[in-house]
Amino acid sequence: MAEVVSMADIEATAQRRGIDLSSVDLDSIQLPPGEDFGIKSDDDEDLHQEDPLEFEAGFGNIIMVDNLPVVPPEKFEKLEGVIRKIYSQIGVIREGGLWMPVNPETQKTLGYCFIEYNTPQEAELAREKTNGYKLDKSHIFAVNLFDDFEKYMKIPDEWTPAEIKPYTPGENLQQWLTDEKARDQFVIRAGTFTEVFWNDPRQLMPDLVYRRQYWTESFVQWSSLGTYLATVHRQGAAVWGGATTFNRLMRFAHPQVKLIDFSPGEKYLVTYSSHEPSNPRDTHRVVLNIFDVRTGKVMRDFKGNADEFATGGSGGVSGVSWPIFRWGGGREDKYFARIGKNVISVYETETFTLIDKKSLKVENVMDFTWSPTDPITALFVPELGGGNQPARVSLVQIPGKEELRQKNLFSVSDCKMYWQSNGEYLAVKVDRYTKTKKSTYTGFELFRIKERDIPIEVLELDNKNDKIVAFAWEPKGHRFAVIHGDSPRPDISFYSMRTAHHTGRVSKLATLKGKQANALYWSPAGRFIVLAGLKGFNGQLEFYNVDELETMATGEHFMATDIEWDPTGRYVATAVTSVHEMENGFHIWSFNGKLLYRIPKDHFYQFLWRPRPPSLLSAEKEEEIAKNLKKYSKKYEAEDQDVSLQLSEQDRKKRKMLQEEWDAWVSKWKQLHEEESELRVQLRDGEASDEEEEYEAKEVEVEEVLEVQEEVVAFDL
Amino acid sequence: MRPILMKGHERPLTFLKYNREGDLLFSCAKDHTPTVWFADNGERLGTYRGHNGAVWCCDVSRDSTRLITGSADQTVKLWDVQTGVQLYSFNFDSPARAVDFSVGDKFAVITTDPFMGLPSTIQVKRIVRDPSQQTGESVLTIKGPQGRINRAVWGPLNKTIISAGEDAVIRIWDSETGQLLKESDKETGHQKTVTSLLKSADGSHFLTGSLDKSAKLWDSRTLTLIKTYVTERPVNACAISPLLDHVVLGGGQDASHVTTTDRRAGKFEAKFFHKILQEEIGGVKGHFGPINALAFNPDGRSFSSGGEDGYVRLHHFDPDYFNIKM
Repeated sequence: MAEVVSMADIEATAQRRGIDLSSVDLDSIQLPPGEDFGIKSDDDEDLHQEDPLEFEAGFGNIIMVDNLPVVPPEKFEKLEGVIRKIYSQIGVIREGGLWMPVNPETQKTLGYCFIEYNTPQEAELAREKTNGYKLDKSHIFAVNLFDDFEKYMKIPDEWTPAEIKPYTPGENLQQWLTDEKARDQFVIRAGTFTEVFWNDPRQLMPDLVYRRQYWTESFVQWSSLGTYLATVHRQGAAVWGGATTFNRLMRFAHPQVKLIDFSPGEKYLVTYSSHEPSNPRDTHRVVLNIFDVRTGKVMRDFKGNADEFATGGSGGVSGVSWPIFRWGGGREDKYFARIGKNVISVYETETFTLIDKKSLKVENVMDFTWSPTDPITALFVPELGGGNQPARVSLVQIPGKEELRQKNLFSVSDCKMYWQSNGEYLAVKVDRYTKTKKSTYTGFELFRIKERDIPIEVLELDNKNDKIVAFAWEPKGHRFAVIHGDSPRPDISFYSMRTAHHTGRVSKLATLKGKQANALYWSPAGRFIVLAGLKGFNGQLEFYNVDELETMATGEHFMATDIEWDPTGRYVATAVTSVHEMENGFHIWSFNGKLLYRIPKDHFYQFLWRPRPPSLLSAEKEEEIAKNLKKYSKKYEAEDQDVSLQLSEQDRKKRKMLQEEWDAWVSKWKQLHEEESELRVQLRDGEASDEEEEYEAKEVEVEEVLEVQEEVVAFDL
Repeated sequence: MRPILMKGHERPLTFLKYNREGDLLFSCAKDHTPTVWFADNGERLGTYRGHNGAVWCCDVSRDSTRLITGSADQTVKLWDVQTGVQLYSFNFDSPARAVDFSVGDKFAVITTDPFMGLPSTIQVKRIVRDPSQQTGESVLTIKGPQGRINRAVWGPLNKTIISAGEDAVIRIWDSETGQLLKESDKETGHQKTVTSLLKSADGSHFLTGSLDKSAKLWDSRTLTLIKTYVTERPVNACAISPLLDHVVLGGGQDASHVTTTDRRAGKFEAKFFHKILQEEIGGVKGHFGPINALAFNPDGRSFSSGGEDGYVRLHHFDPDYFNIKM
């Protein structure tokens, strides 16, 4: 912006130059076009904003109709009338928007015409509808958008074989999995920097892999199997990856993208943007794109107003819950679905269309979830008609849409569904009204998906009235943990879906009384769990072994906001993100609760472990390794010891160096100090004592006469 | 040992100073009366009454007879330590911030705040033995750099003056001519306001604490950055142990934010660092507000801290402290 010139300045300048301002008509001054004398117009910005997107392309609203009959002038008007009739059915033709050129020599038409509509949408529609329209046998319309004309002209007349690019092997995007020390990576975002580190617990510090300033404009996200790191920008999203560093692999254009989501097999990327209307009468539009991650192609886009994409069957809730599209069918990325009003729309990724061309109709459906491994969805429909029609939870198989199992539930206020990570069990937390309808209590319906007929079991807590604070399945396991009870010191219970005595029944393993916890974090390998007291509990952590039913360690990461296990279940990261002002940073703990290292970072936003794809080892092989663990661990223990020896050696050297450096300073200072001692004595008027030790303590008795009083004392003899 | 809690001030503490023998501790606070305490048992000996504003800084002469105090009431006063009698008052046009006696106690360096359009200054006054001969003239006036100068001290042999303040730059001036000799590097130096500056016992190096959550150790003669101690709190005060290779840093969340979070979030501990290895050794808890002042007893066996909470805490080290191995 040029500096602002005040009116007073102008007047002063005018006076200096001898110009009578009142005689100058400022409005009559015309600047040469394109010249602003360095003064930007205030209007410029507004003008740019109003640039209508539709007209950017120029002639988007014009179509060309070819293969018309060639007619002499007598029949011109008749043909024009026919064409006008056909095309005005589709949209409003602009005044003078129909032009049929005539050969000036023969006065006959040339067999084509141009039609201009008011909007590109109409033009597009006309092209779709009338391309291939049969006027009569020999006249089949060929309709094209005027904008496409150039594109078609560029196509060479002669066919040339497509140039086959020599195959260039891409980088090994899975390189990080082959790390010799089997370390895991994580990404952090702090301030303007985004950094990827190795977690190096042996060295007790992170090891930098890649750092970049302003890498993303809002957040970063790993793809589901950890191959890519996605960054989000105003123009769209991008994915990064590579063998040793991070290069940009693909860009996905999506202006003002807000949210992104990878499919579980990371083949597809869903991007979302919402465009708030500048004018309250307009609708709030949302745009969703589904990209193929490897080719960058848009596989399908969804556009509409925000209400359509708002979840919740009753339509009472506004705003969207992310992800809108939930992916099902395991890692094959076969199906994705979204919930709409009274419907669940299930799409399949081969054609990116609805399965059987229609959505699944479910009156009043509130919520649905996919099994993490199988193409099965669980739906929840609330009570209807004041309890006349009970609430139900049903399991539906895709693509057949058959109902596998259904359970009716009475006097339900809310349901929440939790799948176990292998898709073996489904727990439905059911909040029911008490008889008075004044309060609710909670129970669980447990589905055993993999067993015949999918048996359902009802579980009620020992104290039915306990509030449920948190629920979590053991990953890949058969146990779950529940935090229940009242807030200051709730209880935590562990249950198993199969124990030695009851293979087909749920049974309680243990209850821990009065824990300061409100969140549960199972190790991804199962067996261990972190009972965490976040928010109100200031970051209390308890590392618990569910096999042995004992606490391994307790710790505290003061004010911790986030907890995440590494994908192997060896380490836990706890972080304080910038929701708090102080103490930002993260701590890394071992699985058994030993604090390994802490890294303070101001303005800390994100901590994400890089996910790993599932292990390639078969279950038998894994079991074998577990059996012969001693044999394997010896090798690693030796390595660990080597490293720790090396470390202590390094540490010693470093200390020695620091000490020597310091000693050099001190001796220099001492020398200078002595050299200057003479001068210092002079400054002190000959008082020699420089050092503390040289002075001797003298006890000086000071007698002070406070008051002298003379008194005549009667003296009796 | 259990710390001795000294409750004598009614407002936040601003500065603490031991005399050379380490038997007296002088404390300054935002209430108007500097106080002297027995450094051993925390008994209050007396106060120096006369200031009419917050007292920011003080210094005591080598023979413990004179005390000089700088105050927001735009005066710097000389006191008789023993009797508490005000001997002289230097008047300024803006609040006085830092005071420091030279080697030999014949001069004092005083800084004044930028105030009502006046820039900050560093002034040198001659201190005369006989208070009746004392005059208010400045021997030298340096029209300061931008912003408040939080500390100014004498360099070796009184040849230089070292100053630091709001602009985060540490400067060494010629004490004769007022010429700027050296400036700390913007890159490696502090990034935010320097709140405290303290010389080592022999004056060869000094420690600065800053709101950028670090403290730095510098060579007094060359202004070489020797060490950096990084902590999680803004540093309001720092001190160097005269006995062991330790430094102590104090500070905490800004006082205006304190009530918004838990006491532990404020980081009100005094943190000990190894001077050479730059590693944290431990912390001393106790204050329920940020620490504004720290001082080591010259014998290195005790230290005291003064907080925004108005308390002075006097800590005598346990024997364990002297056996810490790093």
